[in-house]
Amino acid sequence: MKKRNKRMTDKLITFGIVIVAFIFCQIMISTGNMSRSLRGQLIPICVYIVMAVSLNLTVGISGELSLGHAGFMSVGAFSGIIAAMWMHKGIGVENQVLCLIFAIVAGGIFAGIAGVLIGIPVLRLRGDYLAIVTLAFGEIIRNVMNCIYISLDGQSLHFGFVNPNLPGKLLLNGPAGTTGIVKMSTFPMAFALVLLTLLVVLNLIDSRNGRAIMAIRDSRIAAESVGLQVTRYKMMAFVTSAVLAGMAGAIYGLNFSTVTAAKFKFDTSILVLVFVVMGGIGNIRGSVIAATLLTVLPELLRAFSDFRMLFYAILLILVMLVGNNPTLRSMVLRIIPRRKNQSQDGEVN
Amino acid sequence: MTLFLSYLINGINLGSVYAIIALGYTMVYGIAKMLNFAHGDIIMVGAYISFCAAQYLGLPALVSVLMAMAVCTTLGIVIEGLAYRPLRQAPSLAVLITAIGVSYFLQNSALLIWGANPKSFPSVVSVPSISLLNGSLLISGETIVTILANIIIMVTLTLFTSRTKMGKAMRAVSEDKGAAELMGINVNTTISVTFAIGSALAAIAGVLLCSSYPTLMPTTGSMPGIKAFTAAVFGGIGSIPGAMIGGILLGIIEILGKAYVSTELGDAFVFAVLIIVLLVKPTGLFGKVVPEKV
Repeated sequence: MKKRNKRMTDKLITFGIVIVAFIFCQIMISTGNMSRSLRGQLIPICVYIVMAVSLNLTVGISGELSLGHAGFMSVGAFSGIIAAMWMHKGIGVENQVLCLIFAIVAGGIFAGIAGVLIGIPVLRLRGDYLAIVTLAFGEIIRNVMNCIYISLDGQSLHFGFVNPNLPGKLLLNGPAGTTGIVKMSTFPMAFALVLLTLLVVLNLIDSRNGRAIMAIRDSRIAAESVGLQVTRYKMMAFVTSAVLAGMAGAIYGLNFSTVTAAKFKFDTSILVLVFVVMGGIGNIRGSVIAATLLTVLPELLRAFSDFRMLFYAILLILVMLVGNNPTLRSMVLRIIPRRKNQSQDGEVN
Repeated sequence: MTLFLSYLINGINLGSVYAIIALGYTMVYGIAKMLNFAHGDIIMVGAYISFCAAQYLGLPALVSVLMAMAVCTTLGIVIEGLAYRPLRQAPSLAVLITAIGVSYFLQNSALLIWGANPKSFPSVVSVPSISLLNGSLLISGETIVTILANIIIMVTLTLFTSRTKMGKAMRAVSEDKGAAELMGINVNTTISVTFAIGSALAAIAGVLLCSSYPTLMPTTGSMPGIKAFTAAVFGGIGSIPGAMIGGILLGIIEILGKAYVSTELGDAFVFAVLIIVLLVKPTGLFGKVVPEKV
């Protein structure tokens, strides 16, 4: 009972941090104390939080290293943009919030379908082979997206593969990306998606299904021998993660006037993986904090101009070395004394 | 038919470059059990060093290649010692992220030193091209040198790992680190040597890649790096003939896919074939099956 209460407080703390941060940002915006560049970062921060938390579900909770998470984001972004533009320009719905919600749902559904299709072959593999196949799928999605042309003619959508000659106005123009997007994403909507993601993921972890997923991660054979259906639970985690990434993609796509498939390449998947690992694998609150800090960090390092990515790289290596090498770790701990009973790695917050 | 043959030869040329990179990947993976994402960027560094040696110092081509190999070998040993050795006992994800950090570091250092503008790489090969079938089929000197280099490297590596003391030590360490240490093998030195060999191969691959595809940028190495890793997995990671055959097949598939289906989808074909192979044979073409113990 006591343990249950502790987990409940942990969950509430996570929600509390996020909500307080949101209110703080809103106050800063309304009083005009937030710089223009930082305001432009708010929606990407929310998107990356969702991406990091959903990837943490695959990597941390389900224990499968996925290197193709940006692929789902890309599917979500393009299907979301098409859905929103179809509703806005084709049917003529003026309310942008409604269009955005429709886009998010569409992005989630299409990414979910992609998740099922990819999950079936991928989850048969293990370890590094699984990682390389998710990477391969991410690249395939990017390549295929480069070949798709979609146009809007009145109320109907036309679809072309490697063929840009379509009637009406092109919405998705192959490698040149989407054209003529109305920017619909707003910070409150992006924040609402963060809350939804946290709600879904934290509750999933705390449920019977979540415990089954973690049991399979810890010992596949033991879990199988007590009658858990390994594939079913692995698919559950993988597809949930894909749906959330697709939703994040829809918001991300509608935040820019043009989006190309090149935005969702391998580097983006790696970036999100870095958030997850820096925040602590399996630690949801850590993912939220790491995604926020590391999205803002390159902006803060702007003073170093050309050297900022170099600093980022060095910081990344140093954090990994200090965190994982016993000698270096004890050296740092001697300099910075920490409080006792700190939470161990791998515990779920 | 001649067109098909010329595509095939181009494919073997590109595939041989992938094979040389994949050999480095597969050796490092076999021994250190880590995905060295920085490997692709060492290719880029090698190409830049050779470019600078030939262009600014006016050294002959062969000397510039040797210089690139020397610099990359040193770089490989330094990276291994500073970034990977402290993480020998760490979880594999931490090592992976460190490798990504090293990759970012190399790319951004190159960006600062050599700038973002692509450089046109002059070919280091002075072998004349051969024309076959009454001049309708032309095999370039670069292709001949690349394929020969690939064969020589593969034979040398096979002999090295099976005959020499160091090669045997490498195989022992990749089999069981603890037992190898008990037999008096210096595990750290062995891993350093592996990184040195892998990086030297990467330098050769970089020079050959840029001789055939002469645009040199700080990001030149990353995509060939990923594809070479795919080739290593395709052939069964840890296996030397596997890396070679995987690399060549991948190169052929990529060029034929680009030529006959769609230029945009060339890469997608490479990865699709990889997925199909892994589904049919989950350990790659020549991979060993490791039974799971309870």
